[in-house]
Amino acid sequence: MNKINSIRKDWSLIETLITEDRKILDIGCGDGGLMEQLENNRNAITHGIELNRDLAANAIARGFNVVHGNAELDLSQYSNNSFDYVILSQTLQAMMKPKDILSELLRIGSKAIVSFPNFGHWKIRLQLLISGKMPVTESLPYTWYDTPNIHFFTIKDFLNLCNEMNIVIEKSIGLTSKGKQFDISESVTGVNFFTHEAIFLLSYKNYKPIKIKSSKKVFAKNSVIAN
Amino acid sequence: MKTRFTTDTKLESEIAYFENINLKIESGDIIDSFKLAFKTYGKLNADKTNAILVCHALTGDQYVAGNNPITGREGWWSRMVGPNKPIDTNKFFVICSNVLGGCAGSTGPKELQNGSDVAYGGNFPSITIKDMVKAQSLLIESLNIEKLFSVIGGSMGAMQALQWAIDFPDKILNIIHIAGALKHSAQNIAFHEVGRQAIMSDPIWKNGKYFENNEVPERGLSVARMIAHITYLSENAMHRKFGRKLQSRDIISFGFDADFQVESYLRYQGKSFVERFDANSYLYLTRAMDYFDHDETFRKNIEFSHNPNNHLKYLIVSFTSDWLFPTIESKMIVNQLNSLSREVSFLEIDTDKGHDSFLLEEPQLDDVIKGFLTNNFAKIDE
Repeated sequence: MNKINSIRKDWSLIETLITEDRKILDIGCGDGGLMEQLENNRNAITHGIELNRDLAANAIARGFNVVHGNAELDLSQYSNNSFDYVILSQTLQAMMKPKDILSELLRIGSKAIVSFPNFGHWKIRLQLLISGKMPVTESLPYTWYDTPNIHFFTIKDFLNLCNEMNIVIEKSIGLTSKGKQFDISESVTGVNFFTHEAIFLLSYKNYKPIKIKSSKKVFAKNSVIAN
Repeated sequence: MKTRFTTDTKLESEIAYFENINLKIESGDIIDSFKLAFKTYGKLNADKTNAILVCHALTGDQYVAGNNPITGREGWWSRMVGPNKPIDTNKFFVICSNVLGGCAGSTGPKELQNGSDVAYGGNFPSITIKDMVKAQSLLIESLNIEKLFSVIGGSMGAMQALQWAIDFPDKILNIIHIAGALKHSAQNIAFHEVGRQAIMSDPIWKNGKYFENNEVPERGLSVARMIAHITYLSENAMHRKFGRKLQSRDIISFGFDADFQVESYLRYQGKSFVERFDANSYLYLTRAMDYFDHDETFRKNIEFSHNPNNHLKYLIVSFTSDWLFPTIESKMIVNQLNSLSREVSFLEIDTDKGHDSFLLEEPQLDDVIKGFLTNNFAKIDE
């Protein structure tokens, strides 16, 4: 799979995880491609954050709500539970503090959707084993000294972190390097070996949103309570 | 309320008169009657959904596009507003009015006091951005427009756009807020104060009564303009434009002539400003900007005045080299809107042209404004 096909595939899988009429934050939204798809196919209300100035400008000019900014600095401004879904597609490995980002995603959103390339894939393991050099593959096409991907991790690593953070994996989809799709939780053995890319739908354990209704509006959990 | 429209053929502009309206302004004073000079461009559609209000900055006027009869030059934003321009007058009905307190035909210190043959001068009440917007809202009402598609402005215009969002969220669909802030900073107030002191220390100013002898405090007003003009540029832009180049000479004069091009440029800016702007108006309008402060109140105002079903959209734009209204100020607005999950877009444009960038050639600004308006208009048109 080339990069563009892989992103399209990623998006269509993300779409399957999202129900109708939801409010969504897309982190690293580019020029709004996924936002457009979710608005058209899922009637979603979408917001986005994009670090790249030109991509952010394009997204805004296409009519999307996009903030030009850095997710690692700017996520703190969003209120608790202000989105139904927060999406982080193929970016967690490029974050300075992936763990903090993960907890931010689930603070802002009722659910989070995270996708990433699996560093435990057999091709990567084989490359490192045989050549003794940092692997360069289709999904991780950069040399070690010139890569945006600064935190490499495998599916196993990710599952361990989720466990440690009391994050529930509601759904998980794996893709082989040929684009074949399977359910990660059902195929127990060899998952970490064959999964090329993984997409997870996450939430917190025992999550119950607290909503207070007044005559005028519904206040979300951390909002000011009045009347 | 009585509204009367006349056309002043000499200036080819329209003036709206609001007589016996007793406009209560923020200071507590009451302006019994006032007028607003305004211009419109393009045509209002049958459903009246395509109206855009453009708010001018400190020294702007209603002549946003086309020819400005006061200066004989093109309108101040003619590169942005017009047929097939980013704010396309083939598609949108664009309104721009001279602010209350201004000096291009609207009621302000230069105009005659109601029922007398003496100008207001220093007797004009201290007005605020909120008062300007209140007056504009009466104009929009008298044009029989229930809802504006957009309110757009840079600098003091951005302050007005933000005030529209605070005071009349149900009467607008979106705002485009360029190079503005929630509040006028201490540094900005300081620069304004120097400008005002320059005017008031000109012996011709005479407590604002210079018009009695048909005089103008030219020295003071031009110095005020020169100071302000520096704040609208950036060090890089000045260096690029002038460097240390000498003006009409090969060697320095060892005197106080305008040896350097930058001096000559500033002197010209000051001199040409005096010809088109009223000194008292400059005092009042800079004061109105100084009083602008929504730092503490914005979030509360937006949270409680907005119906959650009201999808008011915000486009906030800043420029990297703007040190008068730096990006951090725009980001404070964005932060507060995001904390309430409002529909906000934000872009910091990379340029060395300083605060004045919004008036100058910035292709990314054009693209974003054009796209934002076109695509959001298409959404309501569906």
